Amino acid sequence: MSLLDVNHLDVRFALRNGDIQALRDVSFSLDRGERLGIVGESGAGKSVAAFSLLNLISKPGYIAGGSIRFDGQELIGQSERALRHIRGHRISMIFQDPMMTLNPVLSIGDQMVECLKAHRRISTHEARGIALHKLVQVQIPSPEARLDQYPHELSGGMRQRVIIAIALLLDPDIIIADEPTTALDVTIQAEIMALLLSLCEKHNVGLILITHDLGVVSQVTQRMLVMYAGRVIEEGPTREIINDPQHPYTQGLMNALPQMATPGSRLNQIPGSMPSLDNLPDGCAFHPRCHFAMRSDGQRRQACYEHVPGFVTSGNCRVACHMVSEMLGYERIPAEETTS
Amino acid sequence: MIAFLIKRLFHALLVMFVISVIAFAIQDNLGDPIQQMVGQSVPESERAQLREELGLNDPFLVQYLRFAINAAQLDFGYSYIFNQPTTEVIARHLPATLELVASATFLIILLSVPIGVYSAIKPRAWLSRFFMGVSIVGISIPVFLTAIVLIQIFAIGVSWTPFPADTAWGAWLNDLVTTEGGMPAYGRGDPVHVIGTWYTNFASPRGLLYLVLPAISLASIMLPLFIRLIRAEMLEVLQSDYIKFARAKGLPLSRIYFLHALKNTMLPVITVGGVQIGTLVAYTILTETVFQWPGMGLMFLDAIERSDIPLIVTYLMIVGLIFVITNTVVDLIYGLVNPTVKLTGKPA
Ligand SMILES: Nc1ncnc2c1ncn2[C@@H]1O[C@H](COP(=O)(O)OP(=O)(O)OP(=O)(O)O)[C@@H](O)[C@H]1O
Ligand SMILES: [Mg+2]
Repeated sequence: MSLLDVNHLDVRFALRNGDIQALRDVSFSLDRGERLGIVGESGAGKSVAAFSLLNLISKPGYIAGGSIRFDGQELIGQSERALRHIRGHRISMIFQDPMMTLNPVLSIGDQMVECLKAHRRISTHEARGIALHKLVQVQIPSPEARLDQYPHELSGGMRQRVIIAIALLLDPDIIIADEPTTALDVTIQAEIMALLLSLCEKHNVGLILITHDLGVVSQVTQRMLVMYAGRVIEEGPTREIINDPQHPYTQGLMNALPQMATPGSRLNQIPGSMPSLDNLPDGCAFHPRCHFAMRSDGQRRQACYEHVPGFVTSGNCRVACHMVSEMLGYERIPAEETTS
Repeated sequence: MIAFLIKRLFHALLVMFVISVIAFAIQDNLGDPIQQMVGQSVPESERAQLREELGLNDPFLVQYLRFAINAAQLDFGYSYIFNQPTTEVIARHLPATLELVASATFLIILLSVPIGVYSAIKPRAWLSRFFMGVSIVGISIPVFLTAIVLIQIFAIGVSWTPFPADTAWGAWLNDLVTTEGGMPAYGRGDPVHVIGTWYTNFASPRGLLYLVLPAISLASIMLPLFIRLIRAEMLEVLQSDYIKFARAKGLPLSRIYFLHALKNTMLPVITVGGVQIGTLVAYTILTETVFQWPGMGLMFLDAIERSDIPLIVTYLMIVGLIFVITNTVVDLIYGLVNPTVKLTGKPA
């Protein structure tokens, strides 16, 4: 059994005119020390997935079903108190925008010490020692001075280093990083990513890395998920998916990479855009943008329009696509639940 | 710090200059001081001579300069009513007003912070809805109405028996709407002498009792505003990433609310609130009138009624000064609480 097992996770937002379903039937797992990438376009539900693991989804959102097992323990339905013990302690998070993540009116030292004290019975002096040690690990210049500084005295890249240090404070089993470098200067993005990777490797910390950057995913992660409109559509070893994507959407993502375009020509964007969650098309949510949904003779491929594809196994990957199942000679495999 | 103080001092001087021009313009246009000083029977020739002697025929600028030079030495002339230097009159009335404002401020802080924070943390709780409802009504109730209702209930007492007194529940409800009254609602009682012109209500339980109703009604002007302000700020802060991150660190909720969120909430509240507290000094006019509280507000109304122009002008200048001082203090506190503001002038 894996360290983290997410099964059939169903997350909704209770809005005035009914719920919208932000995650449908999301399943994945993470072994100890493993690094998993989650990719997908904006609004696919990556952040919602990340935050729901610690039950930190913002307000109208709630977990409507599924299971999250961490280290043999079911997290869904746990008390705040029990979850609090896991947050920041066994699973910690790194947010997207380091300028907004640290509290502007508390010193760096205070924000580190309080985290240690929330989970361990130690003195402030000891806690400061550990905090300093972590600041050294994230290679921040003059770490002692940082403890008494305030966030506004640090640059974005330095703040993200501090945040990584906070995430590592209690030697967690898993770090969830939601686009940890998106808000940074391009020049330091790679630096921060390399730091995060080396620290995770060194301390055998599992990483769930959410990003738009397929290059980063292929360098950092061992396995990856591709999400589309609240569902996982492809999952497997990163290398396999990058080298040979099966789902037309994943293929589209790869083709859209600048290096895939012939120099001087336009980038190969996937036509159209992701549907909004309150207005999903029937059948496969991707079919309006999918070349496979329309036969060469101009006929619709009915399955794509009517049925949500279930997962089929292809090599070491799972793919939810009618085209792939047809090619592999499967009977049409119904999804475990169909869209309402 | 020095640079900050110098800057503030410069601001203060500028504000005081503007106020002095306004005050002087009022003095120049408000009523005829001669009429106030002399009786009906004094002939016009004598009046003209008096006017000349007082310099009332000099050009505006000359008169203003004379006024400003005297004002800088805290000399605003004599009050007609009291026949004393106006500054002495003010000094006698100032402590009563400041004590009233201080008590009201204390009440406002004591009530608005917990209520505002609570209704932001639990926006759906019925108690929060109740507070919000009351505060929106409270904003629109004029202060003299609050004061009169308070006097009726707590000073005069209510003996009202709308329910059948011969049933147990009726008697109980009647008891509930009946109040004893007896709270002092007129003047300051007999405050204890501290030093100079300062007599205080704070030194004895009886003195404090006299403060209760006036302070409550003065506080009621600003309280709803403060509650709503704190609630709104706190709600916004609670949405921020750093609060989410604090939760992701596994901190206890109490620490998140009362340290992480509250500290950020109070920053804008201090700025807005500080200015409002300054304006409370002006609002005392109404409260002091209703409760016959012998402070500057009551004195000011008296001065207006009897065209005591030097006293009016002095009042305006002093209130302006208090305003400038509170704003400076507020800025200082803000700078101390907010690490992104450096008062020390050291490079960050
Ligand atoms: N607070 C909220 N209220 C209502 N709906 C929300 C809320 N947060 C997220 N959603 C819904 O969940 C969907 C997924 O959002 P999420 O933030 O997970 O996207 P994402 O994949 O992280 O996108 P991005 O790459 O832009 O960060 C959104 O499209 C939106 O419909
Ligand atoms: Mg996101």
